[in-house]
Amino acid sequence: MWAYVVRRVLATIPVLVIVALVVFSILHFAPGDPAAVIAGDQATPEQIAQIRAQLGLDLPFHEQFFRWLGDLLRGDLGTSIFSNLPVTTLFMQRLEPTIALTVSTTIVTVLLAVPAGVLAAWRAGTWIDRAVMSVAVLGFSFPVFVIAYILIFVFSIQLGWLPIQGYRPIDEGIWPFLRHLILPSVALGLSFMALIARITRASVLEVLSQDHIRTVKAKGMPTRALLFDHALPNAAVPILTIIGVGVAILLGGVVVTESVFAIPGMGRLVVDAILHRDYPVIQGVLLIFSAVYVFVNLAVDLLYVVFDPRIRY
Amino acid sequence: MASSTLPPSQPEVRAICRRLGRGARRHPTVAVGSVILALIVTATLLAPWLTIYDPLHIDPLSRLKSPTADHVLGTDAIGRDLWSRTIHGGRISLVVGLIVAVFATAVGLVLGLVAGYNRIADAILMRVMDGLMSIPAILLAIALMAVAQASITTVIVAITVVELPRVVRLVRAIVLSIREQPYVEAAIVVGSRFPRVLFRHILPNTLAPLTVQATYICAAAILIESLLSFLGAGTPPEVPSWGNIMAEGRIYFQLAPWIILVPGVFLAIAVLAINLVGDGLRDMLDPRFARRL
Repeated sequence: MWAYVVRRVLATIPVLVIVALVVFSILHFAPGDPAAVIAGDQATPEQIAQIRAQLGLDLPFHEQFFRWLGDLLRGDLGTSIFSNLPVTTLFMQRLEPTIALTVSTTIVTVLLAVPAGVLAAWRAGTWIDRAVMSVAVLGFSFPVFVIAYILIFVFSIQLGWLPIQGYRPIDEGIWPFLRHLILPSVALGLSFMALIARITRASVLEVLSQDHIRTVKAKGMPTRALLFDHALPNAAVPILTIIGVGVAILLGGVVVTESVFAIPGMGRLVVDAILHRDYPVIQGVLLIFSAVYVFVNLAVDLLYVVFDPRIRY
Repeated sequence: MASSTLPPSQPEVRAICRRLGRGARRHPTVAVGSVILALIVTATLLAPWLTIYDPLHIDPLSRLKSPTADHVLGTDAIGRDLWSRTIHGGRISLVVGLIVAVFATAVGLVLGLVAGYNRIADAILMRVMDGLMSIPAILLAIALMAVAQASITTVIVAITVVELPRVVRLVRAIVLSIREQPYVEAAIVVGSRFPRVLFRHILPNTLAPLTVQATYICAAAILIESLLSFLGAGTPPEVPSWGNIMAEGRIYFQLAPWIILVPGVFLAIAVLAINLVGDGLRDMLDPRFARRL
């Protein structure tokens, strides 16, 4: 097992390097000269050339890439062109809301979608199944921001139950913190839920058709234990896989959700950075989110061993 | 020959209708999806005749009007008719979806075939695709738009790049499995040349999965285009696309929620219809999946 773990961990390194290369290339070939931007309108061509040399912008592509990669490994993501602060400082300021939003969304999603999928599989072909699957299709087709505005319209404007937008840090009390997270988490989680519920249903349905389940049923095992102790663990590998893949939807959705609900997180940071053409910030967010995605999928792959001890590779 | 130029006779029409009815009963999702999609496409194509207002006509006196008989779906912040803007805006979204679906499948098909046949190209291409797939789609599209000039062309290129890796992987997987099939090996043994193997055996096998994939790509592209426009990184703001109309409505949401909800609901229904067609096509073309997902 350890050989598998080590091999799987090492396999993420080339992926991360390629992600870094892709991200670096996109912004390297962007039009516009960062040196001219930094130097300002009044700068002479000599001054611009001097800044270019200082930043290493006159070096060949691969040397620039390796210098940048070296900085990255030392934890230096560059300096924001707009605010002149280190990108890492900006990230630290924006970290809490984004972590709060993604964690609460994941919890809500998994707690709702997995039981819903199991229920749909258990009652396959009935109206319960059809209802769950219809909601799933709807959830997958409605874009995050459309769901978000429908929720705001119903629960904040019409009913007045929840705040329209904004964010409260957890220090200001747990209830205000959670109240502000409910709508964003539901809006962000709906398409993720749809995905997980569909796969859960399909893979539980497959397990339920197997012989050992019939044996367990014949022994008189209560239905709940049958579903959750026998069927679900056996169906876990595809469900885990789709949770890992779905994190990409979640991370992309964070950008939109934070804009709609005015949550001052990393997603908002990148949207503001687009308007200012603040390339180092865009680059940084892209790298961090991709790294999170790669690591989540690494964790998922390692969890396979827990749920299915046959997996050795 | 002569019979085909004549209008179909009564019994023939009835036979066609019966066949359509049977197909609709067997694959209700395709039927529902196609009907909704056809309605939306018709509405956008006939947009100039379905509305009395120009989508760009500004009328400050009737700004932020809620839906009335005059403006069936209300007006926006500078008095433009929302029904007119929404059905005109649908053109942009649907065209982007369609072009991206065609581009991504065409380019993906070529790259996938190259990867499936050439080891060195395969190693390089698949690593690049792994890298692209490791970046969350929306963020990658945002980054690509941030470095380019905002125009419909760049939106199409950016979304195509984002959607490409899945097609390449799919085609490559098909090529690798078909190449090993005994009947393909037999064809090579009896002397079939490469072009013949490609056109007779490999390409026909990619057709069904690619059609399904293209449908999903079309839906995803429409979603990403509206998202990009909504975030201010997509289609230029003066073009009335669904995402742009919603972006303009953001600050007036409490006063005039219809500015966002009208194009938003159109967008969601269009994507839903395309996904339904995709699901149905998948079930039709791959019966193994039919009753499972």
